[in-house]
Order: sequence, then structure tokens, then C-alpha cells
Amino acid sequence: MSNSATLEKSAKEVPASNEVLANDVLVSLTNISKTYKKGKELVPVLTDINVKIQRGDFVALMGPSGSGKTTLLNLLGGLDNPSAGELIIAGQRIDKFSSSQLTKWRAQNVGFIFQFYNLMPVLSAEKNVELPLLLTNLTSKERKAHVAAALDLVGLADRAKHYPSELSGGQEQRVAIARALVSDPNLLLCDEPTGDLDRATADEILALMQELNQEQQKTIVMVTHDPRAADHARHTLHLDKGKLIQE
Amino acid sequence: MKYFYFIFKNLTRKKVRTSLTILSIMVAFLLFGLLRSLSAAFDGGAEIAGEDRLVTIHKVSIIQPLPQSYLAKVQALTGVEKATTANWFGGYYQEKKNQFAQFPVLADDYFDIYKDLIKLPPAQLESWKKNRVGAVVGRALVDKYHWKIGDRIPLIGMFPQKNGSTTWEFVIEGIYDAKTQGADTSAMLFHYDYFDKSRQFGEGTIGWLIIKVKDPKQSAQVAAAVDALFENSFAETKTNSEKDFAKSFAKQFGDIGLITTLILGAVFFTMLLVAGNTMAQSFRERIPEFAILKTLGFSDVTVMLMVLCESLVVCVFGGILGLMLAKFIITGAAVEFAATLPGLGMSWKIMGMGLVLVILLGFITGAAPAIQGLRLNIISALRRN
Ligand SMILES: Nc1ncnc2c1ncn2[C@@H]1O[C@H](COP(=O)(O)OP(=O)(O)OP(=O)(O)O)[C@@H](O)[C@H]1O
Ligand SMILES: [Mg+2]
Repeated sequence: MSNSATLEKSAKEVPASNEVLANDVLVSLTNISKTYKKGKELVPVLTDINVKIQRGDFVALMGPSGSGKTTLLNLLGGLDNPSAGELIIAGQRIDKFSSSQLTKWRAQNVGFIFQFYNLMPVLSAEKNVELPLLLTNLTSKERKAHVAAALDLVGLADRAKHYPSELSGGQEQRVAIARALVSDPNLLLCDEPTGDLDRATADEILALMQELNQEQQKTIVMVTHDPRAADHARHTLHLDKGKLIQE
Repeated sequence: MKYFYFIFKNLTRKKVRTSLTILSIMVAFLLFGLLRSLSAAFDGGAEIAGEDRLVTIHKVSIIQPLPQSYLAKVQALTGVEKATTANWFGGYYQEKKNQFAQFPVLADDYFDIYKDLIKLPPAQLESWKKNRVGAVVGRALVDKYHWKIGDRIPLIGMFPQKNGSTTWEFVIEGIYDAKTQGADTSAMLFHYDYFDKSRQFGEGTIGWLIIKVKDPKQSAQVAAAVDALFENSFAETKTNSEKDFAKSFAKQFGDIGLITTLILGAVFFTMLLVAGNTMAQSFRERIPEFAILKTLGFSDVTVMLMVLCESLVVCVFGGILGLMLAKFIITGAAVEFAATLPGLGMSWKIMGMGLVLVILLGFITGAAPAIQGLRLNIISALRRN
């Protein structure tokens, strides 16, 4: 039995001009396992994951509830350390990083979009997008320019001064995407970004992500339950009981 | 600094709650400022009392008079640089509520013995000495009753004059000022000689002796020598340092210092619980937000400092408002009560102590949520719901 999954092309047609470069591996997982301690018992959540993700790819991560999707995404984003295995992102062994190294690394390398709680309710859209830039050495003027560009990219330039409570669910997720993009990370990680949206709005967000992938060459890993959402990706990975399975 | 906007915004999230917390801290520190100032005013005499001055009173109580002849005997003792006398007059001006201290004294010596605390222009001292019914008054009294030199001031006294009248009239010949901050300028002084010769009974007696010693280190020996001198006489004496005298005088009103400390202790304990609980609650409500911040790359320490900053800002803001209000009230009251409670004022020492407590309160109430913020684990915080 092999635990390594080959990335299949998804059914969706991908323009040839934007074909990912064959040998530019951004993310590489080798024999990654994750176990949680529950009392005295060890609960295996991920076992022997082997997978490579190319720069510029858009990967959908699917699987039943409890199969370990979020856990895997958290490992990719440096929110947690694997129990075993080798995790290389953009040439760095991040499984060897300490928690404070990971914190710094996250600020420069990944953008997150969650299903809930993404935005600070007390800050306007533009101040929310500016948050990651507070950790950089950019001047306030430079920060403003970056924020404006990011909001423009997600089509919310005219909502910059609005507070999250004044935005629709779809607009909130767009702001979250702008914030994830603003520091120009290597990798965008999304955990059910459309899970809380209606069909039409979800499609808009997915189209936006597809556009970011195809036109801005952003590498995206997206957890989803929804096969239609997965259709927007270039590849789909399936997890079941902590193992990657081939389609 | 670039985080400050965010911290400020977080404080305005629940405006009512933040305002109420600030208000309660303000009230606590208003109380602190008022009570500490009052208590300091009661102990004020003791604070500035000279180490080299002794006060001799009747062994039974200060109300019992001593013979005037004691003065010469005390002056003759070795170790005594100078001695003088004072009496209690206990009168009021126009209405009973206008009570202030009035002492028949010896003009030649009084200002000399108290030269470290109060000062009277030499020319005014001279004209006072020349006027038998002359009096000098302190600056606080002048401010309160708007008197000026030359004014005739009738006092209704406890002691009737030989002519049966209890109204004594004095002419203001001088105004004395404080030399040291907190020195009492709320007394009216007039000539012992005039008082003694005019009163119906009690002639030849004094209220207490004020002794200046040559060497402050010898104070205890001199005090013992004075009391030994009058032992077994019909009027035995009790001599103490001016400091002890002022302290025991303040004790007449109960141990104000202890009472204030107890009250303030209870207030601060309550404040710790109230503010601490508010900070903790406000932190709990935002756990997912702090998790997102950490996800974005904000370090554990940054999150901790943000939380701590919030509680410091609330405490410092409320505290400074309270202390300023107290200072304002005390400054106003000081003019009003200049005669009854001389030396009332909110000193920089109290202000500084208040500020230290404010910051301490901020740290203590912010500590628990700040540490929770430091330790907050992103994954479990986001998984919670
Ligand atoms: N801290 C933890 N301690 C113990 N078990 C955990 C912990 N975190 C996750 N698990 C377990 O790991 C498994 C995978 O969880 P994970 O959240 O990755 O699933 P998921 O695929 O994202 O599910 P869903 O689709 O419901 O979000 C679950 O069985 C979960 O109970
Ligand atoms: Mg999940």
C-alpha cells in the first residue's frame, strides 16, 4: 500500500499558458505524521503523508469530517509541528522550527483564510488588511499603498472604510483574502473559505481565488467539503482517516 | 506605537463597559486622594514639627493651667536655648461657626522660636509690640475673612473681662506667612500681658510652655529635667517633643491614618476584583481574535503586551482623572477649611503614591489575561467553536 498520492489534474480545464512549471516544488511533505495525546492515549490524526505541491498550483483538500484536513492545513501553515516526517516549504525545513521561528516565518510566507472569525470587528476593512504589514518595516505611506492595491485586487476598493459589521459575508471573505495577500506570501491556505456562504457568493469567491491563481500565480491550498468548490482547483487531494488516498 | 490605534479601538468596542470601569477606577482614586489628603492634614502638624522644640503641659491635661512662674525656672535650665508660653483663648468671630485658634503669647519670643515655620515682617512685629490690644493673624485667616492691617476684630471669648464683657477687641497690626509648606497660618496671636491683666480670673497662669533646646540630641534629657523640676509640686508637668505632642493631638480624632488605610484597602481590593474581572471577561470574548493575530505572525509577547496595555490604559486614565478631581476638590476645600483644618492640601507625595498605585492596579488586573494571551494556542483557540 502506498501513501503517496500523485496529483491528478482536476476535471476542470486549465489554460495551457498558465501551466505550472513542472519542477518548481514549493511544498514537500515526506512521511508526515501527526498524533495528539488524549490523556494517556495517542490519537493518530495524520499518518505517513507524502505529497509535493508545485509553485503556482491550486490544490483542493477534500475528505470527510474528522479526516484531518484542518490538521494538515495547520501543518502547512506552520501553526503546528508534525509529530514525525519532513516538511519543506520554499526550501526551508519548517518542521525543525521553534514556535517563535514559525511565528516570524508565517508572517512572511503564508496567508490564511478561515471560515469564521477572520476579521477584527473593531477595525475597518483597510485597517484589517493592514494588520500583517504592522509587522514589517514599511512606512505608513507604503502600508497604505499596499492595502489599497490588495483591496483593489479583491474588488473592494470602495469598501475600504467599512467595518466588518457593514459588510456581507462574501465581502468579509474578500477582505480576508486581501489581508492574506497583502504581504505577498508564498502560499495561501484556506480552511472552508466558502463554508458559510450561499451558492452564488461562494462561486464569486471561488472565481476570485481561481483568478488569483491564474493571473497572480498564487499557490493555494483550500480545504473544502464541496465538490463544486474543488472543481475550481487544478488538483484535488483526498484525505480519509488521516491518510491520503488516490482517486 | 503603530499598535496603539488597534489597542484604542479595542477599548472602544464596548464603550459602556469601558466607561463604567474607568468611572469606578476614577471614584476609587478620587477617594484615595481625598482621604489621604485629609489624613495628612490631621497628621500635618507632626510632619513639620521641629525636632528641637518641646512642649510642656500640665500632667493631668492640657486644659489645666500652669503657673506663669514656671517660665523663668525652665529658662534657667541648662540645655534650654529659649522658652516661651502660650494660652488657650477659645473665642469665635461674629458667629459660633467661625472658630479658629487664638493664642495669647509673648511677642518678643514667639516668632523667634517658630522662625523655621512662620515669618512676620520686622516692621509689623514692632508696631504689634507697641499696641497693647494689637494682634497678628496668619495668611489663611486673612484669606478667609478678608481682613487687612488696621481692622478691628471683636472676638467672643470664653473668658470674661474684668468689666464683665466677653467681647474682646483686637487691632490687626501684622500678617504672618508660612515659611515651610504646610505650616499653620490659621492662628490669631495677641499679647499675653493684655489678656492676663484684663481677664476676670486665672491671672498669672499659662496654658503651656514651648521650649527650644540647644541640641536636638539632648531633647529627651531636657524634657526629663523640666518634668523633674516640677515633680511633687501642686502642678506637675508632662514634657514631650513637639512631634509627639502634635501626634497625640491628632489622635484625639481617632487614628485617622489607620482608618483611611483600612477604607482604602477595602476600596482597592474591590477595585482589583471589579477591574480584574472586567479585563478577564473582555479577553475571553476575544480569544479567536487573538488567535487570528498570532496566525498573522504577531508574537506571543506582542499579544501579551497588547492585553496588558489595555488594562494599563484603562487604569491610568481612570486613576489620573480621579487624582486630578481630588486635587481640584482639595484645593478648593483648603481655602474653605483653612482655619479649621490648616495644612489641608494634596501634596505631590500623595499624587505620586496615587500614580504608583494606578500603575500597580493596571499591572495586577492585566496580568492574568496578559499571561493567557501569551500562552494562547492558535489551534485550540480556533477550534473552540
Ligand atoms: N487537539 C486535539 N486533540 C485531540 N484530537 C484532536 C485535536 N485536534 C484534532 N483532533 C482530532 O483529529 C481529527 C482530525 O481533525 P481535523 O480538524 O483535522 O478534521 P477535519 O478534517 O478538518 O474535519 P472537519 O471537516 O470537521 O473540519 C479529529 O478526529 C479530531 O477530533
Ligand atoms: Mg476542519
